[in-house]
Amino acid sequence: MKELIFRLREVRKSYQDRCVLNIEKLDIYKGEIFAVVGPSGAGKSTLLRLMNFLEKPTEGTIRFETHEFSPQLDIPLTIRRQVTTVFQTPLLLNRNVWANVRYGLALRGRNDSDQRIEHVLEQVGLLEYANQKARTLSGGEAQRVALARAIVLNPQVLLLDEPTANLDPFNVSLIEENVRNLNRDMGTTIVVVTHNIFQAHRLAHRVAFLLKGEIIEIADVEKFFERPEDPRTSAFVRGEMIY
Amino acid sequence: MRADFFEIVILSLQVSGIALLISTLVGVPVGVFMGLKSFIGRRLIMVLLYTGMGFPPVVIGLFVYLMLSNNGPLADFDLAFVPSLFTPGAMILAQSIIAFPLVAGFTMAAVMGVNPNLKSQIRSLGATNRQTAWTILGEARLGVIVAIVAGFGSIISEVGAVMLVGGNIQHQTRVLTTAIVLETRKGNFELAIALGSVLMGLTFFANLIMLRMQGRDADL
Repeated sequence: MKELIFRLREVRKSYQDRCVLNIEKLDIYKGEIFAVVGPSGAGKSTLLRLMNFLEKPTEGTIRFETHEFSPQLDIPLTIRRQVTTVFQTPLLLNRNVWANVRYGLALRGRNDSDQRIEHVLEQVGLLEYANQKARTLSGGEAQRVALARAIVLNPQVLLLDEPTANLDPFNVSLIEENVRNLNRDMGTTIVVVTHNIFQAHRLAHRVAFLLKGEIIEIADVEKFFERPEDPRTSAFVRGEMIY
Repeated sequence: MRADFFEIVILSLQVSGIALLISTLVGVPVGVFMGLKSFIGRRLIMVLLYTGMGFPPVVIGLFVYLMLSNNGPLADFDLAFVPSLFTPGAMILAQSIIAFPLVAGFTMAAVMGVNPNLKSQIRSLGATNRQTAWTILGEARLGVIVAIVAGFGSIISEVGAVMLVGGNIQHQTRVLTTAIVLETRKGNFELAIALGSVLMGLTFFANLIMLRMQGRDADL
């Protein structure tokens, strides 16, 4: 029996009366890599923001493990700290690489994690850049720092919002390898949002297709790409959907 | 004369230094709050802050004068923290009011200039509201330094307000700017120029510190 980590029911998010997300039901299981694909503007990033508790839904409930949250409830810090996001743009602080990776740990008052930081920097191939200023890094290196900064926290859930958009194949491969390792070695649940169906195919155990704020189909990766049930999913997978 | 000279310089630094400290302690948190939070009336307060940044110091001097005078609204209350007219305390109050909108306004602009998505990233990494504000302030530090230096520049070189509320009393409320005015009127151009040079030197020194910090920041 797979254990649920996220359970979304009747979740709606509106901005000034415009509904951008309308999810009847979404379950995410502990330890899986779950990909959300869909065209731009489908509501993928909004979904991640709700799951990272950066925004509250307009309606509906989000359950994280055994804690259920409705729009009226504030999310406790201890819960928020179990989920983190790597955004499409690596938003690094104006500090060196080491300080950036250390940042989340420092927020938690953990100042004895030098070995862990070193290990994670080595994992993403940036140990020799530890003292380099973050602003001098290339896009790919910066994104790897952003990933290291998230991994070092050992979160229960790692959310990735188009983590490799505009990166070269070397960096894409390195980031994907790290994501896979994190999932395999630490059992971290990973939700990756991407418009790159090939990446979803390479990484995910299950895939959801999001279109105009609604989930059209969720399936295991093989079924999703080989035998999609909905014609819209089929069109998207074949690259025929114009957006 | 030499003792008078140093007395004037020291009093100027004391008055403007304390006023800057007060306006920084109040203005920076206000600027951060204004830069980070959305609330009803925010736009109005922004307009007021920007207006305050360009407010003539002499008008603020007049306002403080009226507040502190014997017929003013504060006269009936015997409040220990309200200074009397023609004292350094009154000058500090006036200069604090002059510097506050500059410090708060420039800090607000600096905070608003930080990538808005960074706030989400910081929160996503598990920051509390206070940690988020502190980190954003750190990212905007260059602008905050500019805000503080701008505040200092505005009050150390200001003459109208301190003349009104301080009265330019020898050994009590005479500061660089008011002394320059007085010595020029008396025809003591040498002393006026010497005092003017010190004033320019102080402003130059403040800007030099700012540039040094900017340079260090750029190297981070």
